[in-house]
Amino acid sequence: MNRGAIGVIARLTLHEAFRRRLLWALVGLTLLLVAATGWLFGKAAELSPLEGGTQQLVLSQLLVMIAFMFSFVLTMTAAFAASPAIGPEIENGLLLAVLARPVRRSDVLLGRWLGLALVVVAYALAAGYMEIGAVRLMTGYAPVDPLVAPVYLAGETLILLTLAIVFSTRIAPVASGSIAVVGFGLAWMGGVAGGIGDYLNNDALRNAGIVAHLILPSDTLWRGAMYALEPPPDVLTAAGSQARIFTVSPFFAGTQPPLAWLGWCAVWIVATLAIGVLLLRRREL
Amino acid sequence: MAVASADGTDDSGGSASSDAAGRAIATPATQTTAIEIPAIETRELRKQFGRIVALAGLTMTVRRGEVFGFLGPNGAGKTTAVKLLLGLSAPTTGAGRVLGAPLGDLDTRQRIGYLPELFRYQGWMTAREVLALHCELARLPRSSWPAGIDEALTLVGLADRSNDRVETFSKGMQQRLGLGVALLGRPELIVLDEPTSALDPVGRQDVRAIIGALRARGATVFLNSHLLTEVERVCDRVAIVDRGRVVAELRMAELVEEGGVRVLVTGLPAAGAIAGRFGPIRRDGEWLVVDSIADDKVPALVAELVAGGGAVHAVVPAHHTLEERFLSLLGAAPGAAQDAAPSENPEARP
Repeated sequence: MNRGAIGVIARLTLHEAFRRRLLWALVGLTLLLVAATGWLFGKAAELSPLEGGTQQLVLSQLLVMIAFMFSFVLTMTAAFAASPAIGPEIENGLLLAVLARPVRRSDVLLGRWLGLALVVVAYALAAGYMEIGAVRLMTGYAPVDPLVAPVYLAGETLILLTLAIVFSTRIAPVASGSIAVVGFGLAWMGGVAGGIGDYLNNDALRNAGIVAHLILPSDTLWRGAMYALEPPPDVLTAAGSQARIFTVSPFFAGTQPPLAWLGWCAVWIVATLAIGVLLLRRREL
Repeated sequence: MAVASADGTDDSGGSASSDAAGRAIATPATQTTAIEIPAIETRELRKQFGRIVALAGLTMTVRRGEVFGFLGPNGAGKTTAVKLLLGLSAPTTGAGRVLGAPLGDLDTRQRIGYLPELFRYQGWMTAREVLALHCELARLPRSSWPAGIDEALTLVGLADRSNDRVETFSKGMQQRLGLGVALLGRPELIVLDEPTSALDPVGRQDVRAIIGALRARGATVFLNSHLLTEVERVCDRVAIVDRGRVVAELRMAELVEEGGVRVLVTGLPAAGAIAGRFGPIRRDGEWLVVDSIADDKVPALVAELVAGGGAVHAVVPAHHTLEERFLSLLGAAPGAAQDAAPSENPEARP
């Protein structure tokens, strides 16, 4: 691994993102989204007949749903930014001149991944904190862990970014982007199935969730984000029986992801990138 | 010289050669050892894609400081060979060394410039930024970048467009930029894969001048081209490759030596007999062709023809062209030249 070359490729990727105004477009749209959802949250809180813990629960569910939509946008952004990162540059000859330099193929893959990862993580954190801040400002709602929630969302995006960039070493951009987005959906559904399995104490459904989380652990991090956006435990306790209605919702986590699963997410990213390096090394230019 | 086995492409890791070593070899005129090591040496290099044999066993040597032409019909394996030499692809079997290092050696690439056949550069960058990127990728000292970039831009005629985005460039300008990229850092070996495919006649002339300047400073140029007249004009030596094998290696001087002279002479029925004393003769319409006559014998031939009472209207060299040799080696009909030289400059043809 050549850190120098990885750094050059990562900087090139960042430079391209700024120069092509990808980031600015995202920032503009996000500011608009935060303003619009902040206003909606304010109106909902103002017009709602609910009070206390129940209102907090409703606001948390609204916030989680906004976060779900946001995570989908993040996934799409990551998938479609990463999917043309390698393959098309081989096919159009752009990488021929680069790889004739003292640069390994692994440097190109890891450099592109790092550059895109910095973009999407920075964007996920900034947008996530702005949204949580806007909701707090308009409604006073304070999730249990507002600082960690955007970190989980950024991690979830990294998983999908990694998947898309690895597929981009071998298959067409549209296909690799689509696989990443479909994978996101399937992983979420696997997580929901696992949640239902837990609730019904059904091993088959529970195992389906575990397998889904092993294959593509994005939902593990999504569930972490959901938990971090929910009300603190004392609010749930105060809501009493009404809180139980929410525990069956697919937008309710109840617990943090275990540390072992978070570790698996890190291992998955490293292992998937390693597979990507192998795939790229075996590809004929 | 022993040839090390080439066992990988770009991730095979670098050799022990350092920056400093690279710079030392970069002045070949003062380094005897560098001159002795061929620029390129391959032994039975083979590349197979599934059942398709792209290169059947390439064996060749390119000496330091020469301009070497690599010719062949479409599908002969020329670009595959270039990719193997640069470590962009791994050979199925066989071995080779470039600048004394095994194929694919990472550090050696600092000393190689490359213009791909399929040239493309970041459209969203300016020409100057693209060159700066390649200075950084080539690990050139940062202090040398401004002068190196300016020199490259001037050489390829893009100095006045240096701050324009590459996406606004024509195909020809992008190829000029690619040539500038290949020249950065004054590499010892420059590999040019079809360097004039997108250029107009002025651009081709510029490329010939650049290649001449590279030869003058002792660099080795490996020129992969379909354009036989271009190759004929700039190369010292050529290899003709067909079906993945080198079928001939020629010195360009050999073509001249093997040549003859065409004389347009009238009023002398015995012209053939006189000329026959200088070499084998044949008739080509009104022209009398004397094959294999040394250049220094031509004045004597003309003098004897005039002394015999003939009127000499024209005397022109009748060397074998590279195309003639190319076609004869490949056993192709003249029409096959279209395949080998699809955009050959017609003005250069007899």
